[in-house]
Amino acid sequence: MTAIDPTAHLTAEQIEELGRELDAIRDEVIADRGEKDAAYIRKVISVQRTLELASRGVLLFSIFPPAWLLGTAGLSVAKIMDNMEIGHNVLHGQWDWMRDPKIHSTTWEWDHVSPSEQWKHSHNELHHTYTNVIGKDNDLGYGIMRVDEDQKWHPFHLGQPLWNFINACFFEYGIAAYDLELGKNLHKRRRKDPEFRARAKAVGRKIRKQVLKDYVIHPLLSGPSFLTTLAATFTANVVRNLWSHSVIMCGHFPEGVQVFERRSIKGETRGQWYLRQMMGSANISGSKAMHFMTGNLSHQIEHHLFPDLPSNRYAEVAVKVRALFQKYELEYVTGPLPKQVFSAWHKVFRLSLPNKKPKVKTPDREQELVAA
Amino acid sequence: MTSTALRSRAWKLLEMVTTPLLPSDYLDLVRPLRTGADLRGRIEAVHPETRDAATVVIRPGRGWRGHTAGQYVRIGVDVDGVRLWRAYSLTSPANRQDGRVTITVKAIPDGKVSNHLVRRAKPGTLIQLDQATGDFVLPQAKPAKVLYLTAGSGITPVMGMLRDTELDDVVMVHCAPQPQDVIFRDELHGLVADKKLRLTEVHTDTDGMLDIARLDELVPDWTERETWACGPAGLLDAAEEHWTEQGIQERLHTERFRPGIVVAGDGGEVTFSATGKTVDADGATPLLDIGEEAGVLMPSGCRMGICFGCVTPLKAGAIRDLRTGEITEAEPGVLIQTCVSAAAGPCDIER
Ligand code: FES
Repeated sequence: MTAIDPTAHLTAEQIEELGRELDAIRDEVIADRGEKDAAYIRKVISVQRTLELASRGVLLFSIFPPAWLLGTAGLSVAKIMDNMEIGHNVLHGQWDWMRDPKIHSTTWEWDHVSPSEQWKHSHNELHHTYTNVIGKDNDLGYGIMRVDEDQKWHPFHLGQPLWNFINACFFEYGIAAYDLELGKNLHKRRRKDPEFRARAKAVGRKIRKQVLKDYVIHPLLSGPSFLTTLAATFTANVVRNLWSHSVIMCGHFPEGVQVFERRSIKGETRGQWYLRQMMGSANISGSKAMHFMTGNLSHQIEHHLFPDLPSNRYAEVAVKVRALFQKYELEYVTGPLPKQVFSAWHKVFRLSLPNKKPKVKTPDREQELVAA
Repeated sequence: MTSTALRSRAWKLLEMVTTPLLPSDYLDLVRPLRTGADLRGRIEAVHPETRDAATVVIRPGRGWRGHTAGQYVRIGVDVDGVRLWRAYSLTSPANRQDGRVTITVKAIPDGKVSNHLVRRAKPGTLIQLDQATGDFVLPQAKPAKVLYLTAGSGITPVMGMLRDTELDDVVMVHCAPQPQDVIFRDELHGLVADKKLRLTEVHTDTDGMLDIARLDELVPDWTERETWACGPAGLLDAAEEHWTEQGIQERLHTERFRPGIVVAGDGGEVTFSATGKTVDADGATPLLDIGEEAGVLMPSGCRMGICFGCVTPLKAGAIRDLRTGEITEAEPGVLIQTCVSAAAGPCDIER
């Protein structure tokens, strides 16, 4: 949809060949997956649990400012680990191959107000299958923002930087609402739909439990540190939300990332699907610690190509994937976090204003293949 | 309020503290073998027995309810990161003072778990346990005369009995390829020296397979004996026939090790056991499509192997991953992605 199609130089055969090469990369990791990987995730889980427990312990004394600082920082990191490197990836089925019922996509529940069952549907199924397809992938702008020049402008979009910021602060609630497709379902009769009601109830239950734990039970346990513990937990939740929102924005919003039209994916081949994932995602460059704290979503491109490979393998896969980008002369969108966050926010601001419709339109993939 | 009610109240409260995890998720970090935890065990030692068999000493968790000599236990072991479950006979006496139990494992060719346990298992490793089970056990009242008829690793449950219960008149006929393949050989000969056991070893590499008709000559009074037999199917089939011919089949107790060998082919008959439908499938069509065509309600999502929205238990048989060609065999707890799996022989999908 961007003025110039960055994949126009590839023939249909090349795209299929690219698909085969990516399949080979995947097979290699799968054949090699084993004990070390299992030990990795177990270690991460136990570190996360220990850190959370220790931080909550320190917060019992959060009436003392240094304890407050330490506990809040620890809890923020623990929550980020729970959501990113552990929760997101376990729920993708990345660790299902271990056959450990406790670390499995069908049983995992995370420290997040969206119940994992619902999140798996909207994220794994809708977002990952229809990545960046306007009208199909609701992650694009979360239904509240305009993310492409071709989308119709509405005065509502003037406020989108503000909407986006509020969404960032309360991101987990945004996600829950979004998993429920609240916008769509609050209309008309849909509210009465028993299936929707059951799902809304499940979200309500989860929110109640989470809120009770963070804002009632743990503060109460802290006795005289009631208020400071409450403030600490609130802060940790907001820090986690801002962080995950930033990381996720960097995955598909920065300049240079392509979006696709609904009809362009009709009859899509495996190679074309891969190509869409490649062009529709962006990475964040940085240190090992940085990759870890983003749940390896800094390797968003690799994650979108192989959402079920263990996250600890994305770094090594990235080297090979990047070589393929080069070979096929495609742009590998990546950059350090501040640059990517700025780029994504810049787009949010830019598209809050109306623009002229671009004159040249990307030829439809189907037509293009016929031509080739 | 009773103390149990109080306990469960306290536990509920604790769950509110740890949500969305459970208190046990944290306790597992420090005391995985405690009372109330999922049953696990810790490998404390591995002693080689023969060139391809070893005894694994396990300290079971507090929830272990003990066993009766002759019973087996299912254990879940992580091999190359993948949890696999197998059943092994317990070879320790039931009343071992130190609370440990042992299993004795013979490495079978291509056996993932058995080779791992015999050659690579390390002391300190946690394994998953089920409670002991099985009715291949001695009766309450001690039988006067006993025959143990065993072959290969079939000796393991019988060794549990020998170590557990001293009987007045015991004869054992045991088959193994060569003398050095006889598991527990020294201990058995010790029992013989103490006159606690009469033993006949049949070395099949030199003597050939045991012909069941030779029992008359090896154990002349075999018909008077209560017999426990364990070994390969051929031996047990022959024994059952032989005892039945004499009309004393109630004197024979057998234990069959599950065959467990799945022959992976290309396509096969697919049973959807929850729905009760059976259809033929080729080796290339995803089971998701096969099920939908047969009118079975199949969960699905992306239909391309990425969302894990279609995972379903594989109850029996084998399937092939259409992307990698990898074969997955049914085992308790095995879930498969039906959208990228095809039948590799007959199989049973729980839908
Ligand atoms: S339907 Fe998505 S993995 Fe099978």
